[in-house]
Amino acid sequence: MKHDPLLRVNNLNISFPTPKGEVSAARGVSFSLGKEKIGIVGESGSGKSVTGRAILRLLPPYARVTCDQIRFKGYDLPALSEKEMRGIRGKEISMVMQDPKYSLNPVRTVGQQIMEAYTIHHRVKKREAKEKTLSMLAGVRIRNPKQVFNLYPHEVSGGMGQRIMIAMMLIPEPSLLIADEPTSALDVTVQLQVLAILDDLVTQRGMGLIFISHDLELVASFCDRVIIMYGGRIMEIIQADELHKSVHPYTRGLLNCLPKIGGGIARLPTLQRDTSWLAEDYEPNFPQEGVDAAHR
Amino acid sequence: MLRIDKLNVTFGHGKAVNHAVRDVSFTVKKGDSFGLVGESGSGKSTVLNCISGLSSKWTGTIEVAGKAVERKRPIDFYRRVQMVFQDPYGSLHPRHTIDSTLKEPVAIHKLGNANERVAKVLAEVGLSPRFRFRFPHQLSGGQRQRVAIARALILEPEVLLLDEPTSALDVSIQAEVLNLLQDIRGQRDLTYVLVSHDLAVVSHMCDNVLVMNRGQVVERITKKQLQKSTPKHEYTRQLLLASKGYDRTAIDLFQDF
Repeated sequence: MKHDPLLRVNNLNISFPTPKGEVSAARGVSFSLGKEKIGIVGESGSGKSVTGRAILRLLPPYARVTCDQIRFKGYDLPALSEKEMRGIRGKEISMVMQDPKYSLNPVRTVGQQIMEAYTIHHRVKKREAKEKTLSMLAGVRIRNPKQVFNLYPHEVSGGMGQRIMIAMMLIPEPSLLIADEPTSALDVTVQLQVLAILDDLVTQRGMGLIFISHDLELVASFCDRVIIMYGGRIMEIIQADELHKSVHPYTRGLLNCLPKIGGGIARLPTLQRDTSWLAEDYEPNFPQEGVDAAHR
Repeated sequence: MLRIDKLNVTFGHGKAVNHAVRDVSFTVKKGDSFGLVGESGSGKSTVLNCISGLSSKWTGTIEVAGKAVERKRPIDFYRRVQMVFQDPYGSLHPRHTIDSTLKEPVAIHKLGNANERVAKVLAEVGLSPRFRFRFPHQLSGGQRQRVAIARALILEPEVLLLDEPTSALDVSIQAEVLNLLQDIRGQRDLTYVLVSHDLAVVSHMCDNVLVMNRGQVVERITKKQLQKSTPKHEYTRQLLLASKGYDRTAIDLFQDF
């Protein structure tokens, strides 16, 4: 059992019906995750967010999701009823969305909202829930938790809002956190501080983290493994510290088109896309090796 | 080409007064590319809004081509100084075709032969003529930003103010748009003022960079200093460190400035 991964996704396919026919958003996505930080990187439309949402079954009902397997801690997620799924969401797997402005309820104080996340999954007294909330706010390095407890979402800054979201998602103590571009709207220094909080929690609690982002450099320095996606397909799965040595043309293209502080004034190389990457029989780069490495 | 002296901007009054820009001064030579860098709330976009005439609550001196500009400006000023905005989804009118979006500034400034100008500028920003009669929702983000650049270029301006022109785009599209901007600057001898939060973008595009924090100038550094990582000020050093990626030990040493 020890070698069983926390999450295993096998051959996930997602498509959306449109008037012009089915649009495929994810094709044959397979990966597994232990207690580690895994990054999913790709351009917009590469299917990284829908993959994250499909795991939690948060896609709209008209989305067509098929898969061979989504196994999480012995649960078969696609087979669960909606009621059982509610027990998983938040308590076992939770998700941090991109923008705290839209994810927080504007008419309730942030303290109430975090408390709610806790009391839904734990039967405790109000006072205990409040104490837990305050310590959680302190845990995400909010300097004056008592004052912030009574603030409304519009009264807090973007960085603090994102910390509040993380506090809310972590208070039920999930074993897997899916973070969908959690720091894209933040300044660089604040972004790194928020990531440091996530990093510490992963290490201390032995949590799994799926970090969805478009920032290749950030993911390479933050995560343990990186999944590169393009057009709904996995291009390659690679150890983060070996990302810069990647030979896959798409990964190379993404890396090369970033402007660098040390770089010259030369034109940036633009990304050349290859239609063969989207072919049905496309073999992703060493996915199995990455999976095995996680088990070792 | 551009001289800003002791620019001050305040919003609100009484107790809620917010001094957004404090004593900012800089000069930009003709044909130069100048960068303004800072985190949110540093006042970098406000400076740009004052230069372009979108904001009128400033005090100080703004000189364009040796002549001081007032709060109310002649129409010719807006032909010579054009701006490209951050969000190509918000800055194009959703119910105007690309053609009419591009023709409107030509009509306002009474430049004439609009059809030829539109065709020419579309070719210049690398959009095929078949996009001409489409609506913005039929275009991708990168194509829209090309249209926004075309709208600024069609008036043949001398100064282009770029407010985070690529931060809403994917990295691969960002590279294309940055290349386009550099090509155009070379061809037309334009002067750029580029605002960005991304040090890598600014150091790629600009020769001189002004680092701002909380409305004040932290320091002015050159591209060479940035590349050698030898900024004088602690704040710039931290910004530089932060833009190099995740490093757990460095983060604990971060300070508030």
